[in-house]
Amino acid sequence: MKDAPGTRDYDWWLLAILATICALGVIEIYSATHGSSLAGMHWKQVRWIAIGVVLMFALSRLDYHLILDQAPLLYLLSLAALIAVLAVGHTHFGAKRWIQIPAVGELIQVSELVKLVIIIVLARFFAEVRTDELELRDVIKAGLLVGVPLVLILKQPDLGTALVLMPMVAVGAFLAGLKWQHAAVFSLAGILLVGAVFYPPVSRHILKPYQRERITSFLHPEEDAKGSGYQLLQSRIAVGSGGFWGKGFGNGTQNQLGYIPVRYSDFIMSAWAEEQGFKGVLLALGLYMALLLRLVQNAQRAKDRAGMFLVMGVAAALGFHVLVNVAMVIGAMPVTGIPLPLMSYGGSATLFVFLAIGLVMNVRLRRFVN
Amino acid sequence: MASYVIVGMIAVLLLGFWKLQVIDSDKYATLAERNRVREIPVIAPRGRMLDRDGRVLVDNRPSFSVLLLREDMTQVEKHLAAISDGLGIPMADLRDQLNSTKNLAKFQPIVIKSDASPADIAFIESHKSDIPVLEMISVSRRRYLPGGFLSHAVGYVGEVSEQQIDASNGRLRPGDFAGKFGLEQQYNDVLQGTDGKRRVIVNSVGKEVSHLPTQEAIPGKQIQLSIDYDLQQVAEQSLGDRPGAVVALDPRNGEVLAMASHPTLDPNDFAVRVSTENWKKLNEDPHKPLLNRAIQAQLAPGSVFKIVTATAMLEDHVPSQSFTTFCPGYASFFGRQYHCWVYYAKKGPKSHGVTNLHEAILQSCDVFFYNVGLRLGIDRLAYYGSHFGIGHKTGIDLPGEETGLMPSPEWVERALHRKWYQGEVISVATGQGAVTTTPLQLARMIGGIASGGVFMQPHMLKDAPNVKEERFPISEHTIEEITDAMYGVVNEPHGTGGQLKLTGIEFSGKSGTAQVIGYDTRARVGKQKKFEDNAWFVGYAPRRNPEIVVSVLVQESGKHGGEAAGPVVRDVIKAYYDKKNKKTQGQYTAETKPPAPQTKPISAKVTVPRAALKSEDTASAAIARPVSERER
Repeated sequence: MKDAPGTRDYDWWLLAILATICALGVIEIYSATHGSSLAGMHWKQVRWIAIGVVLMFALSRLDYHLILDQAPLLYLLSLAALIAVLAVGHTHFGAKRWIQIPAVGELIQVSELVKLVIIIVLARFFAEVRTDELELRDVIKAGLLVGVPLVLILKQPDLGTALVLMPMVAVGAFLAGLKWQHAAVFSLAGILLVGAVFYPPVSRHILKPYQRERITSFLHPEEDAKGSGYQLLQSRIAVGSGGFWGKGFGNGTQNQLGYIPVRYSDFIMSAWAEEQGFKGVLLALGLYMALLLRLVQNAQRAKDRAGMFLVMGVAAALGFHVLVNVAMVIGAMPVTGIPLPLMSYGGSATLFVFLAIGLVMNVRLRRFVN
Repeated sequence: MASYVIVGMIAVLLLGFWKLQVIDSDKYATLAERNRVREIPVIAPRGRMLDRDGRVLVDNRPSFSVLLLREDMTQVEKHLAAISDGLGIPMADLRDQLNSTKNLAKFQPIVIKSDASPADIAFIESHKSDIPVLEMISVSRRRYLPGGFLSHAVGYVGEVSEQQIDASNGRLRPGDFAGKFGLEQQYNDVLQGTDGKRRVIVNSVGKEVSHLPTQEAIPGKQIQLSIDYDLQQVAEQSLGDRPGAVVALDPRNGEVLAMASHPTLDPNDFAVRVSTENWKKLNEDPHKPLLNRAIQAQLAPGSVFKIVTATAMLEDHVPSQSFTTFCPGYASFFGRQYHCWVYYAKKGPKSHGVTNLHEAILQSCDVFFYNVGLRLGIDRLAYYGSHFGIGHKTGIDLPGEETGLMPSPEWVERALHRKWYQGEVISVATGQGAVTTTPLQLARMIGGIASGGVFMQPHMLKDAPNVKEERFPISEHTIEEITDAMYGVVNEPHGTGGQLKLTGIEFSGKSGTAQVIGYDTRARVGKQKKFEDNAWFVGYAPRRNPEIVVSVLVQESGKHGGEAAGPVVRDVIKAYYDKKNKKTQGQYTAETKPPAPQTKPISAKVTVPRAALKSEDTASAAIARPVSERER
């Protein structure tokens, strides 16, 4: 081990961006829950952020090469944890996604942490492919590596998290030198899969009833304004009625009167857009853009391929979260249950983001030393 | 490369927000507002109707309607059975109401029960939290005087028709009430206020969170009628149960002082909702209770028309005033025998002997007027009849007025496609045949002639603006002769109205007796069945420039005009003078309104118990309740 990196080497810009996003989230969680039975939730979020920050700094101190070395073990532990969830997990909202941490008593959504492990596993896998172009063998291997946990996560069921694994492997493969022929085949397969999901005679066999309903209500939200199309419609109404300037903090009627579904979590952007208007959206999406660009910059400055893959994996995961969540909020995608990083309330999700950023810092801190 | 993807992605998302928040922002603002605000109508009370002394003829009573909020149909479905049970509305009815309002905007509540009972109100109050789709609104319902008092003139209200909704520019919605007949229809725009809205903020599960400022209802304006409650009461009681009509006018200004029609209907039955079955029954009733006979009965005026013939004779000197005839009870023209009424008289002589004009009017000698009519010809008769208003609407401010008919050779050619028969003028000159009039027309005509040829447009509103005045110059000599004769009808020994005499009042008039069937009907059924006669009497006082003229029709009485209709006229005119004399004696005047209503029946012929009228002051206290939504 060389000299421990100094505090100056942290990406303080990145941290400033993160802090601002967290602040927006806490403010909006407060606005969405004060005066309701969920009052005080913003404090819980602050606590999760605090724990996340501590874990981030802790993870950044531990050389990422050590972590990469333990990838197989982490991978097996993840699979075990996912199986444990299916066996003894806690069920909420009709899905088995949580497991209780014995000492703390808090429920942890295992798949959030599995995402982190997959980033690490993929980074190690792609870093070890030494050829310029990715062979079909390697592509299939990568697919299998992701496929096993993906199926386990789908079993919970948790379509959203399972979906997030896709861009991770896609971005990794692309950076590792995916042949254009393979890319074309996979794109085609992806298009076919999406088509199948939206085509009722086929989707009947591959999707669960509630998932099919989400697809239907996404395509025809007005048909059943009080059923599952309700959420998308109400979210759109919230966003649209906010206008350019917004209704003001605590004044969003869709938000305050509970028309926005899970307004403190998956639909927090909807509440934010209603109360802060387009100008607020500009700020929030600007912050996310800055965050992602900053991550890409960090990836480019990574010392080695493994570091680059790690950071790009994190960027891919966060970018996908932002894209799918925000598209859902404006009604451009079906409800998938993917939270908005650091703005949506949620312990496991917040911890995942901070741990992922911890990996990024880790790579950044070691760009000059060897 | 990755940077471009990120910037592109954020840009696309921002475009999505731009579309919702800037381009379509208004649309979503409306939707958000509609989510948040539940609008419950505040029904504006209709304006009252007062009589000429300020006594309340039509007011409102408080009532509650049950609204069903349909924004959340799953909630509605869930509670439908409980609602059906609790309010006693059959499930099928509720379904019908829901189906028929399917196309209405969801945020518009529908009325599922009008005039909720105390039990209904208790049910809704006690289930406010567990059945969130019910709401109660206070509605003021029309309260008319009982027994169908003044009902034809007043009219009634009913649920608006689709045509009315279309014509209202969004002011009316299904379930609203509007005037359907009579003054309620005529002055609907004045009487009907503008409904307000109570606006409540509800959360996503339909619970009331807070209130927005209520948009107050603007109550309708009240109208003051020229109707005199006292005279109206006398008119109705005196007419009694006989089918017919009474109209009392002030010929000086056209004010209608009383207007009765029988058989009548009780508009209170329509104040909530009339069942299709009841409505059908009313429409098909052979006695036609929906007909306002005062303005819609078109019947031969009988001998009342002789005033037209006499006026034409005097004005045109055809024949000259010295003309006399001998009446043996009948006369022959064109090879046909025409009888005088006296021929069929049950008592007395069967002939009038030699008569001049004055005597002919007094005794209503038909033979005299057959001869006069023949000499005058149909064109002169039609000219005078038409100028006196026969065949034209009087222009009274009531819907559905009929014109009557003044026959003429042109009319016969146009309507019946044949030539005018010379003999027809014989019938017309005595008010039979094709000539038809309404009671109102006759009142206006006789009043106008006695006023020297000044015909005022009859109207129901006191202080009506722009009352039309028609002048038809009649020579002083003619008026003097005619009014003298009409005075004689009542006050001279031979007059057909001799028994009607009123001491101290220059009561004048003309009787008429006419066959019940019209000209066309007569051709069809006249030979098969004998119909009872219609009795007419149009009386007025004083002899020249009258203050009051009363036209009475008693249908199918089988009696002569003087016997059947005359006493009704007499009662009304007597009541008018009794009241007037009391006023001038200083008991009360028009300026100092009577402290208590006058309910003393003047002619006790038919005593229908009536609810005591309230004077305006006491009435306003009782009526304040429905209005109080605003005052609170």
